[in-house]
Amino acid sequence: MKLEKVTSPHLHGRSDTGHVMRLVILATLPGLVALTWFFGWGVFINLLWAWIVALGFETLVVKIRKRPLGYYINDYSALVTATLLGLALPPLAPWWLTVVGVGFAIVIAKHLYGGLGSNPFNPAAVGYVVLLISFPAEMSSWVPARGIEAAVTPGFIDSLSSIFPVFGNLLGQPNVDIITQATPLDLFKQKQGLTTAEIWQPGSAFGHFAGVGWEWVNLGFLVGGIFLLQRRIIYWHIPVSMLGTLLLMSLIFWGGSGSESNGSPMFHLFSGATMLCAFFIATDPVTAATSTRGRLMYGAGIGLIIYVIRVWGNYPDAVAFAVLLMNFCAPLIDQYVQPRTYGHSQGQNKGHKQNKSKNSTSDQSDDS
Amino acid sequence: MSRKLFSFPGGIHPPENKLQSLSIPIQAVPLPSKLILPLQQHIGAPAKTIISAGESVKKGQCLAEAQGFVSAAVHAPTSGTVVEIADHEIPHASGLTGLCIILQPDQKDQWIERQGIADIRNIEPTELVNIIRQSGIAGMGGAGFPTSVKLSPPADANIKTLIINAVECEPYITSDDVLMRERAAGVIQGVLILTHILQNQQSLVAIEDNKPDAIAAMQEALAQLNEPHNIEIVVIPTRYPSGGEKQLIQNLTGIEVPAGKPPLHVGIVVQNTATTYAIHRAIEHGEPLISRIVTLTGNALKQPGNYEALLGTPIEHLLEQAQLDQHQLSRLIMGGPMMGFALESANAPVVKTTNCLLAANREEYPEPEPANPCIRCGACAEVCPASLLPQQLFWFSMGGELDKAEQYNLADCIECGACSYVCPSHIPLVQYYRATKGELAKRNADLKQSDHARDRFEFRELRLAQEKAAKDAKRKARADASAKAQAAKKAAAELEAKNNPEGSGQSEGKGDSAASDSDIVKAALARVEAKKKAQAEAAASQTATNESTSQPETQDRS
Amino acid sequence: MTILLAIFALPFLALIFGAILGYASIQFKVEGDPIVDQVNALLPQTQCGQCSHPGCRPYAEAIAAGEDINKCPPGGEATIEELANLLGREILPLDAEHGEEKAVKMIAYIREPECIGCTKCIQACPVDAILGAAKQMHTVIVDECTGCDLCVDPCPVDCIDMLPVETTATNWAWDKPKVAVELIASEHQPLRSELIS
Repeated sequence: MKLEKVTSPHLHGRSDTGHVMRLVILATLPGLVALTWFFGWGVFINLLWAWIVALGFETLVVKIRKRPLGYYINDYSALVTATLLGLALPPLAPWWLTVVGVGFAIVIAKHLYGGLGSNPFNPAAVGYVVLLISFPAEMSSWVPARGIEAAVTPGFIDSLSSIFPVFGNLLGQPNVDIITQATPLDLFKQKQGLTTAEIWQPGSAFGHFAGVGWEWVNLGFLVGGIFLLQRRIIYWHIPVSMLGTLLLMSLIFWGGSGSESNGSPMFHLFSGATMLCAFFIATDPVTAATSTRGRLMYGAGIGLIIYVIRVWGNYPDAVAFAVLLMNFCAPLIDQYVQPRTYGHSQGQNKGHKQNKSKNSTSDQSDDS
Repeated sequence: MSRKLFSFPGGIHPPENKLQSLSIPIQAVPLPSKLILPLQQHIGAPAKTIISAGESVKKGQCLAEAQGFVSAAVHAPTSGTVVEIADHEIPHASGLTGLCIILQPDQKDQWIERQGIADIRNIEPTELVNIIRQSGIAGMGGAGFPTSVKLSPPADANIKTLIINAVECEPYITSDDVLMRERAAGVIQGVLILTHILQNQQSLVAIEDNKPDAIAAMQEALAQLNEPHNIEIVVIPTRYPSGGEKQLIQNLTGIEVPAGKPPLHVGIVVQNTATTYAIHRAIEHGEPLISRIVTLTGNALKQPGNYEALLGTPIEHLLEQAQLDQHQLSRLIMGGPMMGFALESANAPVVKTTNCLLAANREEYPEPEPANPCIRCGACAEVCPASLLPQQLFWFSMGGELDKAEQYNLADCIECGACSYVCPSHIPLVQYYRATKGELAKRNADLKQSDHARDRFEFRELRLAQEKAAKDAKRKARADASAKAQAAKKAAAELEAKNNPEGSGQSEGKGDSAASDSDIVKAALARVEAKKKAQAEAAASQTATNESTSQPETQDRS
Repeated sequence: MTILLAIFALPFLALIFGAILGYASIQFKVEGDPIVDQVNALLPQTQCGQCSHPGCRPYAEAIAAGEDINKCPPGGEATIEELANLLGREILPLDAEHGEEKAVKMIAYIREPECIGCTKCIQACPVDAILGAAKQMHTVIVDECTGCDLCVDPCPVDCIDMLPVETTATNWAWDKPKVAVELIASEHQPLRSELIS
């Protein structure tokens, strides 16, 4: 009788990395729908293109690294990176922008650091920042959202020809004229002394409480995030502390509705990539802090940096920068924030070597 | 019932799979052709044989007695002949062999004289503990810690709470469940004995809420008890690993046992249900621990259920009773699927800690998935009942960073396997921790040994230096003495020359002889003196060196 | 005036900082072991002399005086790494001149019927782990033996064996699982059965 020698536990739960990643992609659906509705088919085309590029690069690198391909593709991590980056790109971003961004994210930010699980920086954030710094013009050309007076939401063919001029040529529609406009965050930043009421006019880029369309996009990502929380794919600590800090900062530095206003809390929470970041980018466990208290600190740091850069910095939105900056801090947070282990009193195990002797002395005092 | 529970962090809800083995009552097992009794079925020192091969023994006779404080005796489960005392396969995770007593039953099943105690109230607790020790009882929940040790708290310990661990949180296992269903009164009697020994204020019997029948049976048994008692049945929510000793204590009392300390430290003693029942049999019926209830389950068995097996019964024999399908069997686990270990062969015997034998087929337990990289999702930290950071410990274990692992309290891992269970990347986390714990233990043992070796080496150096010093001193003394003798001789010769200044030619020979005569005497005297002096010196240096030797020793001790 | 100010300010600052430094050096004084003791604590204390020093402490002294840290075969790679960390030196491969690292710990055993009782091994043992007297049979105290090999050569009748320490159920420990690390380094998708062995 040949018996297997397998170590316990012999049972395994149903969770699986590929499954987790698929759920993350699924959870972006409400946000994706909102984006597509307000900014046209370009968003969707971008996303598909990003997927194709990501799979291509992943295959290439895995082949170069001589690793089993199926095994690496099956974890869906490349697709998650592509999804997040694809959703963050302007709707009509030219095809090569996606290639550069996704390529940088997959090849340099992920695989050169050792692949999934070993990358210190969030690949999607790295890809985004590279594009933002290298191609600021392309990265800030957003079409106005549906519902703005000037908006002409491009159709499928227009979007396709605009992203891939080749198709435009083939279809006899070269040089599609696309109206672009700055995003609400950008507009708000450059309001040049106007009061909030002055820029917040009907038909402008500002809607009910944030940018037209953007409020819905953020609500979409919020819904997706709540779905992930409910499925226990992500934990509440990072989103809540990040959004909480952003809320707190925007309350403290609101400045009313005058020309000195820094924007209402609602405006900050529902503009730009806030919700996408809170639930999808900041919660990337590989690059975040790992303990419960650490996650709270990590999220708070992101919220703080986002606000600081948005209000006093040079960029209208700062999600990617904030995430990357806090990625730097994550190992430090992990080093110093350790949960209290069963049977140890608080503060006994904070990663300091000297604690050994402290433990024994405190144990002795327990005895007496 | 209305007792306030405190909960504990983490935990998982694996599929229970307990119903399979609950369809039939406890079954008896026919005597096997031989019984294999390992000398080590418990934690601590192995038992010491007190019989030799060829002797015939009666049922319940002690075959090997406890050796040292932390140890447990082994008894003959039936009457028969001791065939040999030899190495045999034992049910151990390592798959190694161990020294066993092989007993051939004579089918008579003849008991030795038994003496039960009807009324324990007038018996000294220490005497009861002694009987428990003589009966070879060791924790039957899986760990196998000698029970008498747990029941001998230091004089100053104030035991407030006795907890009977009837939680049985591991999937598949039902041996405690059926024990309580069918023999609840015995278990309650066992609790009374323990209460008498420990003089504790409250006794809590903790049962998970997935065992309603056992709870009802226990409550009924408790209701029928017509004497004052402090026993309470506490129903706790089903969650793995709520049956872990520390988790159970936290769940029931809110108290955490300080790291590295036994529960005694906080005035709590925890005993397993089966152990409690065994105590009842030992005290009130005079029966040592010779059998136990084993859950036989798994898809490779046609008739899963609970079987009362003699200790030492070959597992193969037991599986036959449950109608094992040899072709189906792919994995044989002793214990539950979360913490049990896979056996390499079914030749090993049932021991005191065998609460379950899980004969699984390939569909039930497929080969483990290959592991993906860790994505630090933190699912493991969420379920860790000890609030560790398993993902960090994994990195340290993989990288061999033992110091770091120690700093992150690897020692507090209870190896429940909840982290491995939830890991989406299928990383064998707990397997890493077990290996790293082993490495740590080895390193610490090596360190201790090397410290010891250094002390021995330094002592030897010192000893050699002393011997050399003593030798040198002796040699010096001898040299001094001979130098003095030489000087004395010379002086004598001079004196001689002075005494006989004119005597030159003829008196030479005579004077010579006279001089030599006196010379010899003088030289001898000088030698005696020198020797005395040398001895005195040697003695002085001896005391000096003695002082120098005693000094480092006292330093060592301080 | 400004020059004067500078002339006064600088010594004043120096005085303040000097006082702080002086205070700190007293207040936060680290009662460290002398470096020789720290090095000695890392050495395996087999006292085997394979480093060509008569024992571990002399080698520790030599290391503290600048000798290479790769001459200790019983300690092997692990000890070299620890020493390198302690001393801030580079990790060197084990110097093969001094011997090879053994995979398992060895212990000396005397084939007792063959022993003639010459006490030569007793004199060679650096940790006094051999028991016996002239013309009496000798035996090794197993728990004290460091496995240094030094008793093997002096034996005139060659009755000392170095045997590996046996693994029993008591001293057995789990192996590390073979999964994640090796998988990442492997060139092919591993078979499931390869992973679990």
